Amino acid sequence: MSFINYSAREINCKLVFYGPGLCGKTTNLQYIYKKTNPDSKGKMISLATESERTLFFDFLPLALGNIKGFKVRFHLYTVPGQVFYDASRKLILKGVDGVVFVADSQAERMEANIESMENLRKNLQEQGYNLDQLPFVIQYNKRDLPNAVSMEELNQALNPKGVPFFEAVAPQGQGVFETLKEIAKQVIMQIKKGT
Amino acid sequence: MPDPGLIMYEEEFKQIDAELHRLHQQANAKVTFLVDKNGQLIAAVGETENLDTTSLASLTAGNIAATGGMAKLLGEKDFSILFHEGERDNIHISLVGRVILVVIFDQRSSLGLVRLRVKKSVEILSQILQRILQKVDQAKAPSGTGGGNKEQPKSPFAEITEDDIEKLFG
Repeated sequence: MSFINYSAREINCKLVFYGPGLCGKTTNLQYIYKKTNPDSKGKMISLATESERTLFFDFLPLALGNIKGFKVRFHLYTVPGQVFYDASRKLILKGVDGVVFVADSQAERMEANIESMENLRKNLQEQGYNLDQLPFVIQYNKRDLPNAVSMEELNQALNPKGVPFFEAVAPQGQGVFETLKEIAKQVIMQIKKGT
Repeated sequence: MPDPGLIMYEEEFKQIDAELHRLHQQANAKVTFLVDKNGQLIAAVGETENLDTTSLASLTAGNIAATGGMAKLLGEKDFSILFHEGERDNIHISLVGRVILVVIFDQRSSLGLVRLRVKKSVEILSQILQRILQKVDQAKAPSGTGGGNKEQPKSPFAEITEDDIEKLFG
């Protein structure tokens, strides 16, 4: 959960990028890292295997600016997408303030998307969270691929509640900052509500 | 919902900082710092100029979370102390309720000394953290029940507008 430091005049929030293996969670963070002013970002940390698959998490601290005299910092995390890393995924969800679900638009990954979404809901529940009450955004990634499923179909399968969603091509940055902005907005509004 | 967010007030921050300074000195440590279990750095003292404390905080929390997961598989509640030994520097990590105390030290100190000093600091830090939790509870209690108090500043976030958020992304 958010950490408000009156002494340092800072608000820290934790955002988690969730989704099936190879959907582009790390690519999202890499693009954000690449395009952010060096003064506003810390080092990006990737705990990955030799073949660059996320093993535990990626971490990117971002300081976006000030609100009401408080520095707003976001800590972005990704989870390992591969099914057998479930124990690690649960740990990373601890203390989450907002979730971005990155879905892979390719037809053959539909089942993996659905499975990962169910896994997200279940893992959040175990930590005492309800996905429907948490700041939540869906990003449909890989929109440029020829085998991408239609948006209607994706929304029908993954977004029955109609949360905000974005089309993305993460390596080129399309939709990446739009997604970040929406989740940041929801998280800050949640802090406002809580005060 | 799970634990509410952590809130740090000026008074307790100063007390925590003072305790970290004391520990830093008495344990002959290079760096002492306190991290929230979610990976947020609370305070750091010592030779932090060339140290990426934000990343260190996040990895410490990840480390504690991973070993906590291992503990549960063994039927333990938690592993409350972790120690990593390097060629030059060593890291001593201990759980203090919902936060984590980290001491980095080299050959100028020893594991025995660090453990001894940490034990005392854990007690003191626990008391300070307890006071913060009480303060947060009091601040949340409706006024008139004796809970509302004048000590805390009024939350500056109650009046955030969409415009403020837009500006963040300039």
